[in-house]
Parts: sequence; C-alpha cells; structure tokens
Amino acid sequence: MWNKDIEAIDRKDLEALQLKRLKKALELASGTPFYGKVFRDNKVDVSKITTLEHLKDLPFTVKNDLRLSYPDGMMAVPKSDVVRMHASSGTTGKSTVIFYSQKDIHEWADLVARSMVATGTTRDDIFQNMMGYGLFTGGLGLHYGAERLGCMVIPSSTGNTLRQIQLMEDFFTTVIHITPSYALHLAEEIHKQGVDPRDLPVKKAYLGAEPYSEATRDKIEEQWGIDAYNSYGMSEMNGPGVAFECTNKAGMHLWEDFYITEVINPETGEVLPDGEEGELVLTHINREAMPIFRYRTRDLTRIIPEPCSCGRVHRRIERIKGRTDDMFIIGGVNIFPSQIESVLMNIPEVGNNYQIVLDREENLDRIIIKVELYSKMFHGDLKDLEKLRKKIVEELRALIVVNPRIELHEPGSLPASVGKAVRVVDNRKL
Amino acid sequence: MPFQVSVFAENRPGKIERITDVLSRNKINIRAITISDSGDYGIIKLLLDRPEAGCDALKEDGIAATLKEIIAVKMEDAPGGLHTVASILSDKGINVEDAYGFMIKSHESAIFVFQVENVKHVEKLLQEAGVITVTEKELYLL
Repeated sequence: MWNKDIEAIDRKDLEALQLKRLKKALELASGTPFYGKVFRDNKVDVSKITTLEHLKDLPFTVKNDLRLSYPDGMMAVPKSDVVRMHASSGTTGKSTVIFYSQKDIHEWADLVARSMVATGTTRDDIFQNMMGYGLFTGGLGLHYGAERLGCMVIPSSTGNTLRQIQLMEDFFTTVIHITPSYALHLAEEIHKQGVDPRDLPVKKAYLGAEPYSEATRDKIEEQWGIDAYNSYGMSEMNGPGVAFECTNKAGMHLWEDFYITEVINPETGEVLPDGEEGELVLTHINREAMPIFRYRTRDLTRIIPEPCSCGRVHRRIERIKGRTDDMFIIGGVNIFPSQIESVLMNIPEVGNNYQIVLDREENLDRIIIKVELYSKMFHGDLKDLEKLRKKIVEELRALIVVNPRIELHEPGSLPASVGKAVRVVDNRKL
Repeated sequence: MPFQVSVFAENRPGKIERITDVLSRNKINIRAITISDSGDYGIIKLLLDRPEAGCDALKEDGIAATLKEIIAVKMEDAPGGLHTVASILSDKGINVEDAYGFMIKSHESAIFVFQVENVKHVEKLLQEAGVITVTEKELYLL
C-alpha cells in the first residue's frame, strides 16, 4: 500500500477524519457566494453539524450549479492561493471550472499515486500517458500521480499513433493510460506493423475518459496481453483517482478520506442503503480551493459493502452501469449503450467500433445498430454474414423489445475510434 | 489448388476503387472479378495473378479479405462447352455455390470457376470424368 495508515485505517477513525474534514470544508464553503447563499436559504448552521448524518440536511449540488457559478462563484480560498484550474469541455453549455490550491494539487497527486500502487504499479514502471493534457483532468491527473510515485512518465498525450508505438518500443513502456477505444485502435495499428501487441513490454493499462463495457475490457486485455484496470473520476471531484480497482479487479475502492459517498434514488433523491443501485452522490471534503457537497454525478452504480481481501477498508463501488442522462428509451424500455456494447463485444465476428442510431418511422421507434466486421473472422461467405446478422438480432432480442436492424460495415469505417467515441445518435424528433 | 480473394464490401460508391487502388499500387493483376451483393453489403471476388500477395496487401490496408479455395476447369469455347461440365457436376450430385466464367481464347477455350463445399473431392471426381482442372500455376499465369 502507498499509505497503510489511511488505506487500512479503522472505520471509526475514518469516520472521525471524514467529520473533521467535512466541518473544515463547510467553513471554507460558507464564505463562497454560491454555498453562502445555499446555506442561508436552507437555514444550515455550519457550526451545528456535529455528525456525518447531518450531511443529509444539505441540498444536492448539480452540474448546472457549477455552470451558474461560472467563473469563480465556488472558489473558497483567496485567488492568490489558487495554483491551477481545470474545466470541462462544455459541449452542452457553459463549461464548469474547478480550482485547486497548492495543497489540493499535492493531495490529489498523492491520491493518484495511492490508486496506481493499488494496481501494483511501482516507481520502476515506465508510464506512457496517452490522455489529453490541458483543461481536461485526465492527462495531468495521472501525470502528477505517476511522478509522485516515481515512475518515468512519457507525456505523449493523444494522437500521433506511429509515434506512440515508437515511444512504447524504444522506452519499454510498462503502463499505459488510454481511452478504451484508442486502446483497441492502437492494437490494430500495431498489428499492421507486423508486431503483436502482446510482445510489447506493456503489462498494464488504465482505461478512462469514456464509458466501456466489461467485455471491452476483456477484449483489450486479450489483444494486448495485459491487465486493464477500471477507475473512476470526474473533474468536479478533482479528476482521475476518485475510485480505483486494486489487483483483485472486483469493484473500485472509493477513497473515503477524500469523498463521502451516498447512493440515491435518482427519481426521489432518497438515500439508499449500501448495496442498492442508484445514482452516486459525492461530497469532496479534502479540496480547500473548491469544496463541493452532495454532488449528483449522474452515474449509476452501487456500493459493495463487503470488505475486500486486499485489506483496504475504503468501500468499493461497482463499475458504472451507465449515466442517468446516457440512457435512452426505445419502445418504452430503458436501455444503456453499455448493455448493447456488452452483447456486441461478446460476438467474436464483431469488430471494435459500433454505433447505435435511433430513429422514428410512422411514430414507431426504430433502432439501427451499425457494427464493423472483424477482419480476422471473415471467411468469404455471404451466407455466413447473413447468419451473423441474425445472430446479433437474436442476442439483442433479450435486451430490446424493438427488433433492431443490424448493419454490417467494413472494418475501420465507423467513426471515432480516437478520443471520445460517439456511440449513440438519436435522430428522433421528440 | 487455386485460390481467389474474397473481399467484404459495403454496397456504396467507391467500393471497387478502394480495392483496385491497393492492387494496382502493389502491381497485382486482376484476371477476373465478380460481385455478389446482398443489399447493404456484398462480397467482391477477385481472381489475381498473385492471390496471397494481393490478399495480404488488402488486409494491410484494413480491408476484410480472405483467400478462398476454388475449382477452375478448362473447357472448349463452343456451344455446349459448359453443358458438358455442368452435366458431370449434376450427375455426381455436386452443388455449385458460386461461379463465374471467362474466355481465354475466342472460339478455343474458356474457364469456369466455382466454389463447392469439398474442393478436393470434387476435383478428383472431375478428373476421373475427364474434365481438365486448371492448376494454380496455370490459372494465375493465364
């Protein structure tokens, strides 16, 4: 472990630490325009919060609150104490901005180092960071964590596939940080150069920045001959390193000395007991420049209450099932793209990319699923392709009521294997 | 045993051009081409002078291509030429799955290429019945 005192802490001591940090965060936040008003409006007396239970008296914070406090309505320290900001892409409106003090950056790096150690990474590893640097937290987050741990960091960032491959070969990269779609794309490109990715020294990957299914992870592990780890993070909660799998790969330890975890019913806001599935709500209690309370992540998961055999007491969350806002309804049934992906990625003839197109014809929902044929599984027979198409329909039938139309596409012809892949196109005019 | 190259292609403009581009860059000659399509997509079948090299080049370009064993028979380019071969196939109860033909020399000889389930068995039957099957060397050098 990176920090045994904290990772294997007694739960009572952990809760005491949480309360102490929560109180400090509330004090800091009460001086901000945003939370100052929230506390006044909801008659929250910060000095009267004496147990963790009292957290429930606070209202939720939602993404839009961050947009409304743009640019610095949630900044809780003097501007001169802020050393960095990050911002979300803001594709659906004004971007959300997060601030960090020197201490925050330091603590965050420590948390990421802790996460990496949980997966078995050591200072002897060579870490190639193929994530975007800049306003996005993914690149810099892991970069600082890996440096803290003492790895040699190759800050190769995104794109330039040939150079990525050359860096891996020349500097014996052992750990990569990569989006799942790019990992699949890169494996194909490496094959094209006549090299089997399994023969490279890479032994571990951190996947992030876009949703993916367990089947995709299996596929990446298979193609690269590595261990791929699920992790969880978001800029509102610092960035990467909020929750991380240990080598048991059975759920992600959510670092409870930094975050207070709740799972709620997304419809009613009711807090659910441990083990039940719902929307993850997080309170950041260890970021002085910008505390956030009861943040609705829109991510669906559940807390795994059972202890993990690795000895870390921080409770685990299950892999994210989907986002409350990614979900689409077709023929009256709620579906997450990840469910369709799971089915597709278990069919060996299906290639790496797919796209779900939703349409409406004569008031009826139609779902078109475009999949790529996996080159190696093509044997030259038209009737095999027809069989494959039927097989995909059969496998999906259990999941979706509406009969899907399956389109087979040439390998590499579907968009966005690099960066964030757009998987669902909704053409329905509602 | 001769091979053809079968390529998966979506049914859209440019599908042949993408293949011929790769083949011409690699100096591979096409002896015959046929397309079987099934609405949205189809399979383009190519008889090449160097099928292995052609197939590799296509795959390297990210195209789904595969080598497919075929039978090629030589027959007289005259009325009834194909009928002789077809009768033998029919007598022996052999189902031709996919086929195409082309002429080598006008009024002299033509080639009939087809796919069957058990290539070796069928080839043997044809040879026993006196049909001339073309070896891969002969076929690629035509």
